[in-house]
Amino acid sequence: MNPDSRGFYGQYGGSYIPETLSGPIEEVKEAFEKFRDEKSFKSDLSYWQKEYVGRATPLTYAKRLSQFLGGPKIYLKREDLTHTGAHKINNTLGQILIAKRMRKTRIIAETGAGQHGVAVATVCALFGLNCTIYMGEDDTKRQRLNVYRMRLLGASVKSVDSGSKTLKDAINEAMRDWVTNVKDSYYLLGSALGPHPYPQMVTEFQSVIGQEVKDQILNKEGRLPDQLIACVGGGSNAIGLFHPFLEDKSVSLVGVEAGGLGIKENLHAARFEGGSVGIFQGTKTFILQDQFGQIKETKSISAGLDYAGIGPLHCFLKAEGRAQYTYATDKEAMNAFSLLSKMEGIIPAIESSHAIAYIIKEASNLSKDKIVVCNLSGRGDKDVETAIFYSNKEDIYN
Amino acid sequence: MESIDKTLGYLRENGKKAFVAYITAGDPDLVKTVDIVETISHAGADIIELGVPFSDPLADGPTNQKASERALKKGCHLDGVLESVLEIRKRGIKKPIVLFSYMNPLFKFGFEKLSRRCREVGVNSILPVDLTPESFLEEEKVFKDFLEKDNISPVFLMSPTTKPSRWKLIEKETKGFVYYVSKTGTTGVTEKLSEGLLEKLKDVRKVVKKPLIVGFGLSKVDQVKTLSPYCDGIIVGSAIVREIEIAKNFKEARKNIYSLVYKLKNALV
Repeated sequence: MNPDSRGFYGQYGGSYIPETLSGPIEEVKEAFEKFRDEKSFKSDLSYWQKEYVGRATPLTYAKRLSQFLGGPKIYLKREDLTHTGAHKINNTLGQILIAKRMRKTRIIAETGAGQHGVAVATVCALFGLNCTIYMGEDDTKRQRLNVYRMRLLGASVKSVDSGSKTLKDAINEAMRDWVTNVKDSYYLLGSALGPHPYPQMVTEFQSVIGQEVKDQILNKEGRLPDQLIACVGGGSNAIGLFHPFLEDKSVSLVGVEAGGLGIKENLHAARFEGGSVGIFQGTKTFILQDQFGQIKETKSISAGLDYAGIGPLHCFLKAEGRAQYTYATDKEAMNAFSLLSKMEGIIPAIESSHAIAYIIKEASNLSKDKIVVCNLSGRGDKDVETAIFYSNKEDIYN
Repeated sequence: MESIDKTLGYLRENGKKAFVAYITAGDPDLVKTVDIVETISHAGADIIELGVPFSDPLADGPTNQKASERALKKGCHLDGVLESVLEIRKRGIKKPIVLFSYMNPLFKFGFEKLSRRCREVGVNSILPVDLTPESFLEEEKVFKDFLEKDNISPVFLMSPTTKPSRWKLIEKETKGFVYYVSKTGTTGVTEKLSEGLLEKLKDVRKVVKKPLIVGFGLSKVDQVKTLSPYCDGIIVGSAIVREIEIAKNFKEARKNIYSLVYKLKNALV
């Protein structure tokens, strides 16, 4: 589904921006609307998806995991096998093809876990555009491997030490850069959030995930799956998986947020558990905020889910009852991280491990004839250092 | 308390330009905010703009960001800012007061209560930084209705990247004056006026008849002198906020703010 002409999905979304951003946003909107249906744009996009990203990605039947859990048949959508190792590249490729058509020469982006940053730096190298990535100082520490990768790809990585020093602050800083350098620069936002048209644009470029799943599962099983599961930070991998199935009402949709160290403890990033409606970084959506409307700091072992807001379309799907949202804690996610590694020989990103954690918890409630598809949004190589640190810490506690 | 229209009308009749002074409320604390407003007012500011601290001020540069962080650390939020306006009025300062705020604190407070409290404490105007007049007319119409009911004026920004096709809409929805952003980018002191600014102002002037007050980055006498003939007034923010940040003590801050405002106000010709 598309938002209305003003960028709203029901009461969520829109464009809440300072006047200094209205010109640049309008320019992006016009370009997106102009190019999205153009034949040459579509053929360009599908060429690079195939030849560079490595699409279509496999839909792998996780036989051992399914048997071990004794529940439904579990399929994994292997976004971890894309070039750069996460679904993020689907979006950066789409947007950079727009930016090129807008004749922009410089790309600005934010990054949390670094996966979006790496995907941006990659396509910038591919097309020869200058690239500046903003990353929260705390994130540069826990994802230093990705910082190095971005620099290797020719990007300039700027560490952001304002606010909570994480993703939201990187977004603020990227937007500041954009309003200052709007003439030659394009802001390549990495998730299905921010002001209209970003949620719509990112949803569109990520929907390739769900489209492929639909074809693949029909080929393998001759029917649609019963459930789709994905982790939700900003929500781009989840919306990419869900979107092509929105009209297929027999398919239930589950988004898994980051429960961090606990909801009660107030140390999490589960917007639907502890949040409320607000206006943040350009959009009206569920956010974690205090009683004064200040944005709260979030907590999750996964940098990619550690964000106070959620894409507006997810709010709409929840309000409509079309999708349900739950959370997995750090501990549950890390258990899933090691279980999948051992069972299937796939080391998942800690982000994606949240979705796996849900299956582990819920498998026993689903019969063996059910089919679930879990989006393995990224690979876990980047997380090995975090995992070492985590397991050491756990040992200390035990 | 005086209305913005009256203040600007009086200045215009006397061939003078308006000086709008911005500070972040609650920096260094709310009691001192009232003192600083008094200083600014004595130094000749015609309109006072109070920034409501916000955790994610994306239209602001480092100076105002840090001021917001300092204010939040002191526990200053919208409710406290409104209380401080009451104090300012109690001290007999009648000059118009504009609240400069991001939408979320306003939204969370509730538009009905906000509008009523503004009227009660003596706020003239609200500038919702991240709200376009389009959203003000459509999705946030309820905000507009409450402001109208309580006679609180909305103020909107216009920037060098605003499309000329939207100039009239902004002029229609803003009350009192158009806040013209003098540079592309965030708030914060700059050395030079941005290129092409004077030409832009001339163009805007041909279409926009409401008072045009220009701000973002102004701090120097020669900037103000150059700009003055092209507008109805100027806004100085970060340069004042910076004085609070760098002063050795509060007494020195007040002294330096006084001379800065006095100097810039008198540069308006």
